[in-house]
Amino acid sequence: MPWIDIGSLSDIPRRGARVVKTPKGDIAVFRTGNDEVYALHDRCPHKGGPLSVGIVHDRRVTCPLHGLAVDLRTGQAVAPDEGCTPTVKIEVINGTLRLAVDD
Amino acid sequence: MNSKERLILVGNGMAGIRTLEELLARAPDRYDITVFGAEPHPNYNRIMLSPVLAGEKTFDQIILNDLDWYAKHGITLHAGDKVEGIDLAARTVTAASGRVEPYDKLLLATGSAPFILPVPGRDLPGVVGFRDLSDVQAMVAAAKTGSHAVVIGGGLLGLEAANGLAVNGMDVTVIHLMPTLMERQLDEAAGFLLQQELERRGIRIVTRAQTEAILGRAEGRDSKRAEGRDSKRAEGRDSKRAEGRDSKRAEGRDSKEDRVRAVKLADGRELQADLVVMAVGIRPETTLGKASGLTVNRGIVVDDGMACSDPAVYAVGECVEHRGQTYGLVAPLWDMAKVCAARLTGDESAAYTPTVTATRLKVTGVELFSAGSFGEAGSEDIVFRDAARGVYKRLILSESRLVGSVLYGDTKDGAWYFQLMRDNADIATLRDTIIFGQGVGATDADPFAAVAALPDNADICGCNGVNKASIVAAIKTKGCCSVDDIRTHTKASASCGGCTGLVEKLLAATLGDQYSGETAAKPMCKCTSMTHEDVRRLIQVDKLNSIPAVMQALEWKTPEGCASCRPALNYYLLCAWPGEYKDDQQSRFVNERLHANIQKDGTFSVIPRMWGGLTNPAELRAIADVADKFKIPTVKVTGGQRIDLLGVRREDLRAVWADLNKAGMVSGHAYGKSLRTVKTCVGSEWCRFGTQASMAMGVKLEKMTWGSWTPHKVKLAVSGCPRNCAEATIKDFGVVAVDSGWELHVGGNGGLKVRACDLLCKVDTEEEVLEYCGAFLQLYREEARYLDRTAAWIERVGLDYIHARIVVDPEHRELLYHRFKLSQKYEQVDPWAERAAYGVDANDFAPLAKIGY
Repeated sequence: MPWIDIGSLSDIPRRGARVVKTPKGDIAVFRTGNDEVYALHDRCPHKGGPLSVGIVHDRRVTCPLHGLAVDLRTGQAVAPDEGCTPTVKIEVINGTLRLAVDD
Repeated sequence: MNSKERLILVGNGMAGIRTLEELLARAPDRYDITVFGAEPHPNYNRIMLSPVLAGEKTFDQIILNDLDWYAKHGITLHAGDKVEGIDLAARTVTAASGRVEPYDKLLLATGSAPFILPVPGRDLPGVVGFRDLSDVQAMVAAAKTGSHAVVIGGGLLGLEAANGLAVNGMDVTVIHLMPTLMERQLDEAAGFLLQQELERRGIRIVTRAQTEAILGRAEGRDSKRAEGRDSKRAEGRDSKRAEGRDSKRAEGRDSKEDRVRAVKLADGRELQADLVVMAVGIRPETTLGKASGLTVNRGIVVDDGMACSDPAVYAVGECVEHRGQTYGLVAPLWDMAKVCAARLTGDESAAYTPTVTATRLKVTGVELFSAGSFGEAGSEDIVFRDAARGVYKRLILSESRLVGSVLYGDTKDGAWYFQLMRDNADIATLRDTIIFGQGVGATDADPFAAVAALPDNADICGCNGVNKASIVAAIKTKGCCSVDDIRTHTKASASCGGCTGLVEKLLAATLGDQYSGETAAKPMCKCTSMTHEDVRRLIQVDKLNSIPAVMQALEWKTPEGCASCRPALNYYLLCAWPGEYKDDQQSRFVNERLHANIQKDGTFSVIPRMWGGLTNPAELRAIADVADKFKIPTVKVTGGQRIDLLGVRREDLRAVWADLNKAGMVSGHAYGKSLRTVKTCVGSEWCRFGTQASMAMGVKLEKMTWGSWTPHKVKLAVSGCPRNCAEATIKDFGVVAVDSGWELHVGGNGGLKVRACDLLCKVDTEEEVLEYCGAFLQLYREEARYLDRTAAWIERVGLDYIHARIVVDPEHRELLYHRFKLSQKYEQVDPWAERAAYGVDANDFAPLAKIGY
């Protein structure tokens, strides 16, 4: 599984996200208030809303369409909601973001 | 020497203490009273354990009688000292501590114990009941370490436990023997709706499921453990309740030992479980009664006067059996308490007669009411369903009497139906409309007609057995003027809270104008215990100037708030410190961050401003060109007299705006909690009926108000004559021209709940229209809760308040207007131009990277 540089940590606002476009769909890359970085498919498990433009709070993002909260670490919807968004491996090396992408 | 008779109460719970309260009200000095309780707490409201589990209340909030109460009435309390023996001949009780106390009269209120299914593994650590505070504490602790909970039993208690555990973050499965939930209180249809709702909340429901065994982590050790426990039981602790407690206590001690792992069903399925809650039912706690030699069947047998087989001993509550019946709901306990207190004070005529009971489920957001019986032969049904609202109502009639009701989704008429059942009223004349609730068929104009029409003996609070007459008396003679006062004096609405609305209506109906409404403190969100008003006030007082500062100073419970409080705080700060506070984009909802309105497919809609609803060929050409150039799929005229371009991709937003800016158009703010549109009719410029120039007035208003951020969206309109073609009287601020000037209307909206405006006043000049409008909007900006439309705000504070601030007090109005204009100096910046031409927040619109192409 190749790691691909996608930019630097500072390209993403704290408590915000940016999108990485891939032929298989958008990936949302989140940066939390503590500078942790997570990546999820940019589709809410509920109705496919773009999580990348949701409000990020702690280690969660709230989908802009219907308010479902998703745990950034697992992609799981926060109870009582159900559903799961696939996660994507990501790491930060010296401020550079690297995403692990399937071929 | 103390010559008073000695009364001992065994059981420091709701039924026993209620009996003492009734007794003290009748004869405060008759008895020297001692209370023994097995739990180390003062009397608390057991019904409210579910909200404690769900984190909606603290234990302190559900204490009914604090220690001061015992002291004040000279009652000796031995909390945490369980009575283990009664000597009926010698008239003494012996407690676990060894204390021996003599009595003249003994009152047993030992309550009930959870019924523990006799299946293998029932003693494993991690298996609990749901009956007292220690059970709740065990569940909360389990939720912190484990992730899977299985609740056995889909009745009232089991479902409340399941909801509470789910709120605590556990993955919860309810297993229920019967095909539908709460089958004793609900029919199949309501049971199904309830199941759907709980499943929507992530609780799994398995019906028709029989528990075969509870499995431990160490296979094969179950039998050994059970043996060990059996021997303990032989030592004299043969109550199942004691057993449950032992297993709980064992949890701490034996944490490295065996623990529950799964629940095995008869069909072979295994459900993973770190916690198992047994909620299949309760049984009267009769261990003590039986051991002392009192007559005991299923419960401790009492006569109509609540006396046991020994005439010096009385019993009340869930431990008793009366005419072959046992009890598990709270309402009958109050009647028993009254009768018992009467007997204890020498009234030999007092007698207990069973009555119909009603049930409400205490799961926040689930409205459910059930009373009486259903499914009996010879009965008829009236059913009402509203699928879209999730409402189901069923009334069961027998020979023109109401004998049962099941309400789901809309329970506001529960009290009325319940009263009709208790009165055994003939409902032949009501039959056509009864399903729609009280007051339908009669005039519905007076909102208090329904409570006014209730008879004095109508039960308002089923939990605490308080009728209308007692509440009205408390208002008239004790000076109660709020729901809190009523709770303190009568206990009405102090338990499940389901009747709070009715109590408010009674206050309003009794006090009239003197009732100022409730200031009940509802916190902003789960991140804080502060109300919106508290937060706004403290932002000003403590000069808090950033979201982290607010969260720190006001002790937010979450590290950085949630998607609900962050936008609210951002708005409050923006409003409090115009020009100084730096807007936090990450606390803005996407629409206000990207300045366009997100659609279901993740694309956006773009609406340029058209001042007063006016446009021209150049603007229309620019819009048409943009639609062509960016292949915008839908172009629509909006209700607010604008043109909406739907389906714009996020990457194209800035280019679309640049083209619209070039034609002189700016953001229409059709996406924000902000001034949306000023709608106008053509007015005297063209219309043969027009009395004033409404288009020009509308444009002036929009030029003054555009760009302002507000608690919720704000819509204005100006009509040129009273025919009101601009529909100004359902707007937040509506102006209607009349011959002699302008009428100003406020607080209207269309939408979910249509509200027509209130007429605020009439003014003469255009300048006054502008000043009143700015002042009104500023008052709304400064004082309404975030996400309150002006309609909801005015409903709460009342038109009189607005009138006093804006119309009666010119100085205040001028100050408000001044602050509005000051704020507008900073807010009237076109967000589109900033982003299209100057590259503000450019990262928001472009992808971080493209890979794999």
